[in-house]
Amino acid sequence: MISVQNVHKSFGDLEVLKGVSLDVNKGEVLSVIGGSGSGKSTLLYCINAIESINKGTILVDDVNVHAKVTNKDKLRQKLGMVFQQWNSFPHMTVLENAALAPRIVKKMSKEEAIEIARKELEHVGLGDKLDVYPTKMSGGQQQRLAIARALAMKPDYMLLDEVTSALDPELVGEVLDTLRLLAEEGMTMICVTHEMGFARDVSDRVAYFHQGVIAEIGEARQVITDPQNPLTQKFLSKVR
Amino acid sequence: MGSLFTPLSWSDSGLILTGVWNTIIISVLAIVVGTALGLIVGFIRSESNKVVNVLFGSLLDVLRSVPLIIQLILFSTLMGAMGSPLAPFVAGSIVLSLYTMAFMSEVFRGGFESVSPSMQTAARSLGMSNWQTIYHIRLPISLRAVFPSWLGVSLSVIKDSALVSVIGYMELLRTSEQLISRTQQPLEILIGVGIFYFIISYPLSYYGRYVERKMAI
Ligand SMILES: Nc1ncnc2c1ncn2[C@@H]1O[C@H](COP(=O)(O)OP(=O)(O)OP(=O)(O)O)[C@@H](O)[C@H]1O
Ligand SMILES: [Mg+2]
Repeated sequence: MISVQNVHKSFGDLEVLKGVSLDVNKGEVLSVIGGSGSGKSTLLYCINAIESINKGTILVDDVNVHAKVTNKDKLRQKLGMVFQQWNSFPHMTVLENAALAPRIVKKMSKEEAIEIARKELEHVGLGDKLDVYPTKMSGGQQQRLAIARALAMKPDYMLLDEVTSALDPELVGEVLDTLRLLAEEGMTMICVTHEMGFARDVSDRVAYFHQGVIAEIGEARQVITDPQNPLTQKFLSKVR
Repeated sequence: MGSLFTPLSWSDSGLILTGVWNTIIISVLAIVVGTALGLIVGFIRSESNKVVNVLFGSLLDVLRSVPLIIQLILFSTLMGAMGSPLAPFVAGSIVLSLYTMAFMSEVFRGGFESVSPSMQTAARSLGMSNWQTIYHIRLPISLRAVFPSWLGVSLSVIKDSALVSVIGYMELLRTSEQLISRTQQPLEILIGVGIFYFIISYPLSYYGRYVERKMAI
């Protein structure tokens, strides 16, 4: 379980998260929506310990993420993360991209790492691209590679930060389909997204962020189709 | 009465080959040391804050902008004046290596900075440590990016090594000057020397193009 408890986060004078609390249970998919600058990405970065927090607690399977004694590298193995920019490693083939972390972080043998990488690449539909260099692939394919690369670490959770926002419209579908597949397989995910259809259909719950607080959180279909908070209503009427 | 000058003969080939060899030795040394130091300095610079960078940067600017010939003469004269004169090879190697380092460090700094912070975040998010990220991601990506510039600096070091002749190192150019003053055959000798520099440099630039082609995947 990921448990975010009254988290505050500032960059200098700018308070970006102003007391955020939410729980994500095993097997659950939570979508996070909200305007630009509302703190959605920052929340994911704090969960993954890429950013520190000023106040509050984040627990991942009861481990305090921001405690000094916590081994952050170890923690991140549990938390797969995919970003808006796919950041393929350009000097490695697709297969090597996905096999690198299992090999050097989990210290698997080369054969084992390659086997896992191959499986995850087939999983996201890149089974025929193993020996290709990622710069030769489309954005959608590279984003699926980024997902497979994260999955190869066998994470318990996936944190996805607007993974389709930088894609050409015709490539969005293939990446969303991959995420839908993961959701069906029971992967626990937090998806920051601007795809309201995806949020409504794929996630269990949706949280609406407004200026660093959760203005509304609830069952996905209800939040998207029948929001209770006027702020959510306003936001949704604008994005649609 | 014999002539004052003796023409170029086969017996001079030993001398010429020694000059060629000395040019190769000091160039390779400067490239290797300059690359190693430049890699470290370039990395430190890409990681450091403004203050460190301004201090470091101006030191490197001095090395880059004062003509090599002046640095060579200054350094070897200063060492002599301080009572510890250095052999031409030693003084020349030190100055040429530092001079090379100054250029290499900028090359590598640019390389390290070309790897975006988000690329590093992506690597760290997979659980890689800072060192693993440097070794497996940042270093290989930046080395590929800077290879052509590295090659350019290396080739010019080979040519610049000719300047070490001014402090008495018997490399190719100084050898040829000696031969010229003895034989009075400047044209033949200088053409020959030019060919030798080409022969030394060409394998490097050929190999460089081969590597570049291999890397341009
Ligand atoms: N490293 C940083 N240093 C300073 N300010 C930052 C940093 N990261 C984010 N911010 C600021 O924090 C605020 C929240 O940023 P965040 O990226 O979390 O927003 P977001 O909800 O993800 O927005 P978007 O939809 O545009 O991605 C913004 O005002 C942003 O400028
Ligand atoms: Mg964001």
